[in-house]
Amino acid sequence: MTDTAMDKLAQRTPPRVARKVRGLSDRAIAWLFVGPTIFLLLAINIFPLIWTIYLSFTNYRANRLNREVEWVGLRNYERILTDSDIWLNMQATAHFLFWTLFFQVLIGFALAYLINKKFRGNDLWTTIIVLPMMLSPAVVGNFWTFLYQPQIGLFNYIVAFFIGADPSSFEMIGSVTLAPWAIVIVDTWMWTPFIMLICLAGLRSIPEYIYEAAEIDRASKWRQFWTLTVPMVLPFLMLAVLFRGIENFKMFDLVVQLTGGGPGSITELASINLKREAFEKWRTGYSSAYAVILFVTVFGLASIYVKALNKVKER
Amino acid sequence: MSAYSVTEPSKRQKWVAGTLVIAYALITMIPLVWIIATGFKSPADAISYPPKVMFEPTLEGYVNLFTTRTRQTDEFLAANPPETWYEEIVRQYDMVIVGPSRYGERFLNSIIIGFGSTFLSVFLGVLAAYAFSRFRIPLSDDLLFFILSTRMMPPIAVAIPIFLMYRNLGLSDTHLGMILLYTAVNISLAVWLLKGFIDEIPREYEEAALIDGYTRFQAFYKVVLPQAMTGIVATAIFCLIFSWNEYAFAVLLTSGTAQTAPPFIPTIIGVGGQDWPAVAAGATLFLLPVMIFTVALRKHLLRGITFGAVRK
Repeated sequence: MTDTAMDKLAQRTPPRVARKVRGLSDRAIAWLFVGPTIFLLLAINIFPLIWTIYLSFTNYRANRLNREVEWVGLRNYERILTDSDIWLNMQATAHFLFWTLFFQVLIGFALAYLINKKFRGNDLWTTIIVLPMMLSPAVVGNFWTFLYQPQIGLFNYIVAFFIGADPSSFEMIGSVTLAPWAIVIVDTWMWTPFIMLICLAGLRSIPEYIYEAAEIDRASKWRQFWTLTVPMVLPFLMLAVLFRGIENFKMFDLVVQLTGGGPGSITELASINLKREAFEKWRTGYSSAYAVILFVTVFGLASIYVKALNKVKER
Repeated sequence: MSAYSVTEPSKRQKWVAGTLVIAYALITMIPLVWIIATGFKSPADAISYPPKVMFEPTLEGYVNLFTTRTRQTDEFLAANPPETWYEEIVRQYDMVIVGPSRYGERFLNSIIIGFGSTFLSVFLGVLAAYAFSRFRIPLSDDLLFFILSTRMMPPIAVAIPIFLMYRNLGLSDTHLGMILLYTAVNISLAVWLLKGFIDEIPREYEEAALIDGYTRFQAFYKVVLPQAMTGIVATAIFCLIFSWNEYAFAVLLTSGTAQTAPPFIPTIIGVGGQDWPAVAAGATLFLLPVMIFTVALRKHLLRGITFGAVRK
């Protein structure tokens, strides 16, 4: 674009002046500007990724410096795919992923829909609702363990009050049945506003004349909602789900602080298990293979999802 | 506003919607209010049953957060009367203050690493975003997608080789190592956000400047940068919040010198297990700046959380 303007300018001015006008050539500037970023990403993201892939074919252990590194081929991968514990972690991850998204989409969309009714002071309340999502998940997660304490924890106390039980009778994060729900509750509390904000943007992007046309056609409010509002917001909602899906597949900080993967390994999500293998058991090769599998899974699922998202957008 | 609009909700609808949203907001605030309140409770009040809503506020949590204490004999306590108000607070437990805790250092680390990586990410991000926005870079879409895809990796997955790499380079548990790492993580956000902001600045300004005899470089920092300032500040705050909140890399790659506050706060221990008032005090001081930033960022929040994909 600007190149052509510059060329014209350069043709009209004497050569020496033209060079002066240009300073560095545009191409040189482009590479100079993009170069450092690409370099940094190669050094701290791509190089480690390639290293992870290499390590996944070895039996290396990072806590033993002078041990011979042996090439073991696909053995690590074989072990992971035949390990029943891994499937349990995957189940925990899937449970977490499904229910967090389910509740967050439901509550998030409902809230956006209500805020869009433009009642007085809605901006203020929106800001207040958004606060939890900006805070440090680890710090917040740690504090939630206090809210979840049996007897003294506020959460247990309130829940017990409403169901008429004794607050010391149930434990949220100490029980095998309730712990998976304890992490879903906190994640939902924290991230519902994320879905809400994006849905709100979707709702606000719908031009009014569409509804006016629907009114003229005597479409009922109910019908307007399902045939206009929902389809118009859907691309936004799907985008929000993509972001949250990727984030929750990688979920680590919040849940580590809340349950540490326990009790037993009932809330041990993929990332937590990975950390255990890599930095507690020091099975570097094995955990690298696991990391590769996780990354390929996220990347694969995200790609399929993006294709679907684009189809929805084109409609 | 037009006098009549079909989408304008009725008074009653507004009232119902408002009530429901406010109810949700109040419920969602409870944990945050509880964190702030617990910071001002005495340890006994913090773990009372039933949970206390009304209590005598004390600064004990904050004193415990910033100090290390030790028990002393009665003779020693009698011979050395407390000189300051905070000394008096710990005397209730027959203790004396022996020095500062590590919280101050860890907080400072969060500030150093946060600002360092924010500065670097925004600096590099602005350059790259400008180039992507204004020049035809071969494969630019692929490059941009590549930059974004670095966010799909679980941090733990890259942490293994980074841990090994840093060990060899002597970067583990150093401020520089963490700054570089957070910059690498933040740069994708910075590039995408800033590209969106720069795309919105009309090219005519620069073209006019170029015709006036400015070099590209001058046009960039005398024309484009001032125009993009709002976007740059918003991007910087997002990067800062991310580094501030990050836990996974921090807990795996730092243990002392460069440890930030998030891995440290959960380890604040009292006499019997976690000292909740001190933990809450530490969390309050750590979370408040972000709350203030969030309120300041209201208008750009949506962009920040969607990498610029959704704009109002």
